[in-house]
Amino acid sequence: MQSSLRIVWIYPDLLSTYGDQGNVLVLEQRARRRGIPVEVVHVRSSDPVPEQGDVYLIGGGEDRPQILGAERLRRDGGLHRAIQRGASLLAVCAGYQIMGSVFGGEEGQPVPGIGLLDISSGRGERRSVGELAAEVHPSLGLPTLTGFENHMGVTRLGPGVTPLSRTLVGTGNGDGTEGCFAGKIIGTYLHGPALARNPALADLLLRWAVGPLPAIDDTWYERLRNERLGAVLKP
Amino acid sequence: MSQLPLRAQLASALGRTAATLSRATGRGDGSVIGGRVGLLLEPDLLRKLAHEKRLALVSATNGKTTTTRLIASALQELGEVATNAFGANMPAGHVSALSSNKAAPYGVLEVDEKYLPEVLDTTEAGVVVLMNLSRDQMDRAAEIWLLAQKWRRALAGRPAHVIANCDDPLVTWGASTAARVTWVAGGQRWHEDSWCCPECGGPLDRAEGIVNADWACRECTFSRPEPNWILDGEDAIDPYGHRWRLDLQLPGTANRSNAVIALATAAAFGLDPQRALPRLREVKSVAGRYTTVERDGRVMKLLLAKNPAGWLEAFDVTRPDRPIVLSVNAQGPDGRDTSWLWDVDYRILAGRRVYVTGERRLDLALRLDVAGVGFTLVDNFGQAVGALPPGDIDVIANYTAFQSIRTEFGRAV
Repeated sequence: MQSSLRIVWIYPDLLSTYGDQGNVLVLEQRARRRGIPVEVVHVRSSDPVPEQGDVYLIGGGEDRPQILGAERLRRDGGLHRAIQRGASLLAVCAGYQIMGSVFGGEEGQPVPGIGLLDISSGRGERRSVGELAAEVHPSLGLPTLTGFENHMGVTRLGPGVTPLSRTLVGTGNGDGTEGCFAGKIIGTYLHGPALARNPALADLLLRWAVGPLPAIDDTWYERLRNERLGAVLKP
Repeated sequence: MSQLPLRAQLASALGRTAATLSRATGRGDGSVIGGRVGLLLEPDLLRKLAHEKRLALVSATNGKTTTTRLIASALQELGEVATNAFGANMPAGHVSALSSNKAAPYGVLEVDEKYLPEVLDTTEAGVVVLMNLSRDQMDRAAEIWLLAQKWRRALAGRPAHVIANCDDPLVTWGASTAARVTWVAGGQRWHEDSWCCPECGGPLDRAEGIVNADWACRECTFSRPEPNWILDGEDAIDPYGHRWRLDLQLPGTANRSNAVIALATAAAFGLDPQRALPRLREVKSVAGRYTTVERDGRVMKLLLAKNPAGWLEAFDVTRPDRPIVLSVNAQGPDGRDTSWLWDVDYRILAGRRVYVTGERRLDLALRLDVAGVGFTLVDNFGQAVGALPPGDIDVIANYTAFQSIRTEFGRAV
């Protein structure tokens, strides 16, 4: 492994509309607090995606930037090569849909994705906007997922992926599940941002890259989680 | 007195009665309910009221209330002006504003970005003012690329004279179908929504660190138009090259930008800066924004910031030596998604005495923790003020948090 953990943020110029920068900042903070040196690379859509990263992040955005983002990732090929090398990836909302075989464009027309996840997405009847809570697949050993969703997408999971979670509140993929994972790739509709609301998910991405991690002070993360989960999961 | 048909006169009068009742019963400032009653009785009311006036519509993500106020103040030099001074910026608010001052020959209306095509279509306003577009309350607002597209369609084939900020590429694109545009280099500090060409999606090249730098698409011909008016530091430069020292009472770069836009708009009404500028300088506070309130020797400067671009502008007005109170809510008007807090660079507050409150204070607390900014969490605004010694305090709050502070400290404008 190289000397520092390299976090690669893909296309902030196209896909960072919903505070997704927070995922980058949270990963960086949680690595640094454990004494892990970090390098953060912002890759604009006019530049090639480096293959030598450890954790890749891609966020949400409008329809048109989503289509542009998918075209450029496919043409570039850097993300595919990084995943083949064993890098991990968190893809959120529009970025999540891009990872599949197809997603819905501005007028609902099918647009080809980049095929890193066995999913296909389309446009639903109405926009899903609001808090979401979901129980994470037991194999990942993570606490309840919390976040905010804001999308019109419906995502069908193929046999090559596992649902990330089962929704308690909210829409997610639209079939009672939210997000999915396969290997070291996680896809989710959640903003909030996802890693600020779910520090254990951030640590999972870090562990995939660097191995076991010591515990750190999670006071502010836990207080926010408790308040948000308390607001939507009434006893 | 009025050219309005009888039915429209009645609708307008009943609307005014409802507005008076709303104010008298303390339920609101009356600017929406009056218009709703009027519109219900006469759907064509806005069209009829508008046709009696020379109108300017003002739209943007940030600064539209302030700029509406500045333009209205300037045009008072020419005659009476009807305006929606309290930010009621949808058609009901417009009806209320125009019917409350039917004799006024001029109207200046703040218009919600989404409603601009509809309001332009109804009012056939002669002047349209477009300032900036950036991410804002994403859970309920339209996406901004889409919004700019709708502006383009609404302006195409109309005679309206558009005054637009050419330092904002998305606004430039939105305005460029208009028959006539006065371009204002008003600056753009928030660049995160304009890295890509709105025309073709290619990368936009621009000089870093300069607020009104030239920009151009690397892949197509879309580029910044030559500005007619320029904001240059403390000065406005008019189309003849004359410099005007702005000397506003309103603080900050964003307001100087608003003022240059207002001067360009006044000029479109035939009013020169010589006469317009003194009117702009009279404006001290706008619907409570930039106002100062005092309690027990604590002098609080109130700033409203609703989205990342707005926070950037608010930080520009605060002073590093003052303590600062931040308050964030996530009710309907604020947007229920607080993710945008992560788009704001709070590191500028490091080393300041920071108090955090509002209904979503825990979101803000974690945000500051990750940014490495020390802070004190308090249950409410009063607690923060009580914990601070007498002296100047900066306050930044988002929409409903701001309103609740204003309510507590009185509605003095």
